[in-house]
Amino acid sequence: MRSDQPAPLSIKILAGAGLLFLHLPILLIFVYAFTTEDKTYQWPPPGYTLKWLEVTWNRPDVWEALTLSVKVASISTLIAMLLGTLCAAAVSRTRFFGREVVSLLVILPIALPGIITGISLRSAFNIADIPFSFWTIVLGHATFCVVVVYNNAVARFRRLSGSLIEASMDLGANSFQTFRHVILPNISTALLAGGMLAFALSFDEVIVTTFTAGQQATLPIWMLEELVRPRQRPVTNVVAMVVVIVTFVPILLAYYLTRDGDQVAGHSK
Amino acid sequence: MAIDQVNLDIQPGEFFAMLGPSGSGKTTCLRLIAGFEKPTFGSVHIFGERSDGVPPYRRNVNTVFQDYALFPHLSVLDNVAYGLMIAGEEKSTRSKAADEMLELVSLGGFGHRKPSQLSGGQRQRVALARALINKPKVLLLDEPLGALDLKLREEMQEELKLLQRRLGLTFVFVTHDQSEALSMADRVAVFNEGRVMQVDTPESIYKYPNSTFVANFVGASNIVPAEFVSALTGKACPASLRPEFIQIGYGDGYSATVADINFMGAARRVTVDLEECRLRVLLGVDQEAPRIGDQVKVSWAPENLHLMEQNSGNR
Repeated sequence: MRSDQPAPLSIKILAGAGLLFLHLPILLIFVYAFTTEDKTYQWPPPGYTLKWLEVTWNRPDVWEALTLSVKVASISTLIAMLLGTLCAAAVSRTRFFGREVVSLLVILPIALPGIITGISLRSAFNIADIPFSFWTIVLGHATFCVVVVYNNAVARFRRLSGSLIEASMDLGANSFQTFRHVILPNISTALLAGGMLAFALSFDEVIVTTFTAGQQATLPIWMLEELVRPRQRPVTNVVAMVVVIVTFVPILLAYYLTRDGDQVAGHSK
Repeated sequence: MAIDQVNLDIQPGEFFAMLGPSGSGKTTCLRLIAGFEKPTFGSVHIFGERSDGVPPYRRNVNTVFQDYALFPHLSVLDNVAYGLMIAGEEKSTRSKAADEMLELVSLGGFGHRKPSQLSGGQRQRVALARALINKPKVLLLDEPLGALDLKLREEMQEELKLLQRRLGLTFVFVTHDQSEALSMADRVAVFNEGRVMQVDTPESIYKYPNSTFVANFVGASNIVPAEFVSALTGKACPASLRPEFIQIGYGDGYSATVADINFMGAARRVTVDLEECRLRVLLGVDQEAPRIGDQVKVSWAPENLHLMEQNSGNR
């Protein structure tokens, strides 16, 4: 419902207050990245400095965590794009026994609390005697990344008229050529949007990672550890700032790519 | 939709229409020829070749889809050139061929547009050009004019007919519009409930329907009940009597009362009640019209009373 009358002042103030409540803390993180005081978060900051940027740049543990996070996010996203697309194609293009069940089971990981996913994966890895490694983290992340890609792809597949595929076949294209020339161009933006969201989700994931990682620390895990054991505290804030920027860009891009149509599902894990 | 005992023999170069109400199996039949459906029993032969198990992309048959199915991400030119692109033709060759094809359907200069920028009639032509570019032996048309308005539909009917004659191709045309089938086709197959009721030339179908279903579905007709036919001819079967074959006068004939008169533009439809049955009569507007309640005499030439001895009883 849309009304043409301007909203009353009280509503405007309330809305503004709500937005401030949501976003002011993020701004605080940015401010503390430049404080001169490195033991406690003192307000107002006694002074401002850029030295923490340099300190962060020279800390090898930051780089390790960052590389690990980027690697995990990239590979989970790749796996998710492959499996999510295939699954979406199967569910939306064909009829088979148990189709609705499969559809539900694929979406389930995003509805389940991360802690459940984490615990169950951890015990599964234990039972199967799989040592915790880079790949166990990737597996954990892939469970919810698949959902994001699947949701985006399935919405696009539903809009894709079935006769397009028949028309392509009719004109001499086999299944592979039809996929390459008709299906892929029509679902590519949905895939890209799904992939970006998946990447962003994986990049700042903490809970599932806690249960599936061994000694390795992804960036969010590293930040958690830093907060518990304070040492050059503003470094954490600098990293947080970077994480915000890195996750914000793909989410924004995904939003622009799909705003005229598909919903961007699974925005909040 | 299931079809049963459909046995059709379509001649090369023929404009063949499959006519029937929705759900009568005509589209299923078309999809069998295209290869999108597999027959559970029986087979399709295309120019003498048995095509069981041949996928759609290896059949020398192309389809114009009901919703046109133009590729939204490609330009009009690339849509038309799609078949050649898949066949591995050079870009310059296929652009030239596609341009010629667009000329043929009078859409020259529209090549750079996207399908979404075209009107319904234009999209229909693009779909036609795209289906013709691979030089199919048979062109299948699935209710291609269904989405167009009346004026445009009549134009396209003529154009399609001309195109078919010029190219000498076999057209298999699916429609639920009986006037479209009658005016365009060389032969018509009338479908009902998954069966072919009658296959013949439009004129024969119109004049000599073999069942009450065909008589009613193709044009309007009077079904004269078997008892009356028996009294008239001695044969106990229903008969079809076209409204325009009946005369109304005051001399000889069967006594009837005028029940209703409708003015329809080119003609007047007069409903008369005989003792045995109710008949609809089509009178030219130049003829003197009776008034409701008049006692009149109706008559017809005996040969125009078409007996349907094979009537399967489908009504």
